[in-house]
Amino acid sequence: MGFTVHELSIAQSVVEAVCERAGERRVSSVRLEVGQLCAVVPHSLLFCFDVVTAGTHAEGASLHIDQIATSARCNSCGVTFSPPDMFLLCGCGSADVEVLAGRELRILSMEVS
Amino acid sequence: MCATCGCGDTTGPRVSVVSGGEHEQDDSHGHGHHHHHDHDHDHDLGHGHSDHTVILEQQVLAKNDGIAVHNREWMRGRGITALNIMSSPGAGKTTLLARTIRELGRQRPIAVIEGDQETRLDAERIREAGASVVQVNTGAGCHLDAEMIDRALRALDPADESLLLIENVGNLVCPALFDLGEEGKVVLISTPEGVDKPKKYPHIFAVADLVVINKIDLLPYVEFDVDACVAQAKILNPAVRVVVLSATTGEGMDEWYEWIGSRSAISPVAVDN
Repeated sequence: MGFTVHELSIAQSVVEAVCERAGERRVSSVRLEVGQLCAVVPHSLLFCFDVVTAGTHAEGASLHIDQIATSARCNSCGVTFSPPDMFLLCGCGSADVEVLAGRELRILSMEVS
Repeated sequence: MCATCGCGDTTGPRVSVVSGGEHEQDDSHGHGHHHHHDHDHDHDLGHGHSDHTVILEQQVLAKNDGIAVHNREWMRGRGITALNIMSSPGAGKTTLLARTIRELGRQRPIAVIEGDQETRLDAERIREAGASVVQVNTGAGCHLDAEMIDRALRALDPADESLLLIENVGNLVCPALFDLGEEGKVVLISTPEGVDKPKKYPHIFAVADLVVINKIDLLPYVEFDVDACVAQAKILNPAVRVVVLSATTGEGMDEWYEWIGSRSAISPVAVDN
């Protein structure tokens, strides 16, 4: 198959975790929170999730991804801003910033039956 | 097809001791039999038999991170310093490691975990340089994870107070997310690759403790502005250290050794006989 993406490992971790918790129940959907700074491509993750769930109690489950935008506070001028990319530069020119949001990579919940 | 991950590789990650001949112990298929039991409980919001929501609120990589914590504790308990070395293919990781083994190996034991998708070629080069080495072939996988390191540590059994150099799979994207239990993350780039590597692969530079710019002996022949590259890396990661060297000629290696010493639980001088 030749996957060379870390989204496959992420999908595997998600499916392992939800199936362990679900026990004998069927998992019909899973909700994740993925920060913009996590280097996770949602499209790839959705694709890998479908592959990895095959043959498990989560087969056919849908995956919902809540994307979290980056938010940072500048330690120099105090302003809170939303950097569009990984370059966390404040408008004042300072790179001394604290990330408030954007590093999340969490399983929030699942639907089971 | 592999039943665990759906990959086309039926063997999964393979850990091989490269001992220079006779026995190569393959620790085959191991998609993880670590069972890190957590003790929290389902917070079921429904009581019927229809669909109901289970709140999990857990880190996706909790299992990896748990094993990484265990690896780190195990190594710290033995005075072992592990460094996770990441780069694109061809940046010179293996050359840097081979020189480090020859030069620093006189001061302290050095062990190596070699990550590659396939072959044991790099492990052979490392073994010839004089270090104990295990090769982890990740197959379809694009990075090493904490569990592979756990298995590799069991196979390698590094001496107390070793320096453990982990050569990650050549890739500037995927290894960024996975804690292995190391004491430092090193990102290696080489001058022929161009100055904009940090801009193109920001995630890996953002998590680095050290950026090594290798192949500075080629500076007269390639277009590479060292200062511009350092400036880019510092914007992504203001605290990052940068060392400029040539693993081929040896220029700048002292600064690399000094940094290794600064990450070590023990001073390299302390084990110098």
